[in-house]
Amino acid sequence: MSAAAARAVSAAAERAAALTRAARGGDRRALARLLTEVENRTSAGEAALRELYPQAGGAHLVGVTGAPGAGKSTLVAALVSEARNDARPVAVLAVDPSSPITGGAILGDRVRMQLHASDADVFIRSMASRGHAGGLAGTTLGAAAVLDACGFGLVFIETVGTGQSEVEVASVADTTVVVQAPEMGDEVQAIKAGLLEVADLVVVTKGDRPGASRAAAQLRAMLTVGGQHDRAAGDRPRPKRPDVLLVSGLTGSGVAEVLAALDRRAAARDAAPPADGPSAAALARAEAQVGGLLAERVATRLHQPAQAPQWAEVLRAVAKHEVDPYSAADRLLATIGVPGEGA
Amino acid sequence: MSDRPIKVLIAKPGLDGHDRGAKVLARGLRDEGFEVIYTGLRQTPEMVVSAALQEDVDVVGLSILSGAHMTLLPRITDGLRKAGLDDVLVTAGGIIPDDDIPALEKVGVSRVFGPGTTIREVADYIRGNVRPRA
Repeated sequence: MSAAAARAVSAAAERAAALTRAARGGDRRALARLLTEVENRTSAGEAALRELYPQAGGAHLVGVTGAPGAGKSTLVAALVSEARNDARPVAVLAVDPSSPITGGAILGDRVRMQLHASDADVFIRSMASRGHAGGLAGTTLGAAAVLDACGFGLVFIETVGTGQSEVEVASVADTTVVVQAPEMGDEVQAIKAGLLEVADLVVVTKGDRPGASRAAAQLRAMLTVGGQHDRAAGDRPRPKRPDVLLVSGLTGSGVAEVLAALDRRAAARDAAPPADGPSAAALARAEAQVGGLLAERVATRLHQPAQAPQWAEVLRAVAKHEVDPYSAADRLLATIGVPGEGA
Repeated sequence: MSDRPIKVLIAKPGLDGHDRGAKVLARGLRDEGFEVIYTGLRQTPEMVVSAALQEDVDVVGLSILSGAHMTLLPRITDGLRKAGLDDVLVTAGGIIPDDDIPALEKVGVSRVFGPGTTIREVADYIRGNVRPRA
């Protein structure tokens, strides 16, 4: 490593250490800056995560997902207020999509989260997905670890508005809440595979509207069906049997019940004997993070400027159907010393 | 990192309900490749400052058509300074008489955009004046 590069690394480490110390001491501006470093994948951000990761792991990470306009932000805002009644520090990471064309984004989840502007124990941060598919940003888990290590015991991760199958949040959150507005379709929608299947809790929003309780009843009937077969299923993967709760952001009814259901899950996790090892959610989160970083690091090495001519040549050959995509991938992997599948 | 998108907070302080301009600008800046945090109507100065701080934005754009700009904008720039956010670029737009602009510039509003401003002008101004962040 050159002397200049070594200096840059130590400057980043110092910056990370200073921000980390201040953020853990309650400095919200330092926390905000730290999240920016993480989000921008700077070396200071990486250094901070290395330092903070051992301090994290205690928070209950609650994923909140559902279709655009279903009421995710309103529900999260109501849950934040409810948690603040017990003086618990709460953080929110709210992800909205980045434009695939310009890279720009409208991050609009704060519109529904206005109540706690002067409350230092509520921290809300918007994140643009920045090209990451699956409903989160590539750095959302890193940001959640920072908030966790800075004393936020309850962290809501609100996904982009999802369709039927963006289920990434379920593999990284401790608890996944699927938000469903009434009038979103008939009972067949409720038995389709995908998003509803990953719910630990289904929340039907807009409970003040006509038809809302009927929608909740339909979902309940369809999602809990077949429970008696679970015991006979042996080792086959079993569907979850989520509770279905009805809330109204307008009247506030049902919100306390949702928070209580979340707290019961956190308590169950915390009560599990240490001999059982990490929870399935924690293991899945570990796999997502390590796997994501591995892919990212391999991609970075593959895309070093020196490789550009090789890439161009391989892509041209594949485009002309002279080389198949599998051999092309193997050839590129070989450039960084990884033997390909066909080797 | 040079390719990180510029983060802009678009907020409407005060009580007027005319947010078409703010929304059009938010949408236009999105198309210019900015990450735009939109907070909606009826923001108090405290809400604006708190959002700017938590989101760690580079720019705060304030839209105001109520005539209360001489009261609200200085409170916001003052709040930003007190929160340690003196490196954030503050711009304003809406209906603001020319005579008021020097006083607003004095309290830290770097630029006031009047009716007829194009989105490209705003975007170019931001790109040219946003302060480099560590």
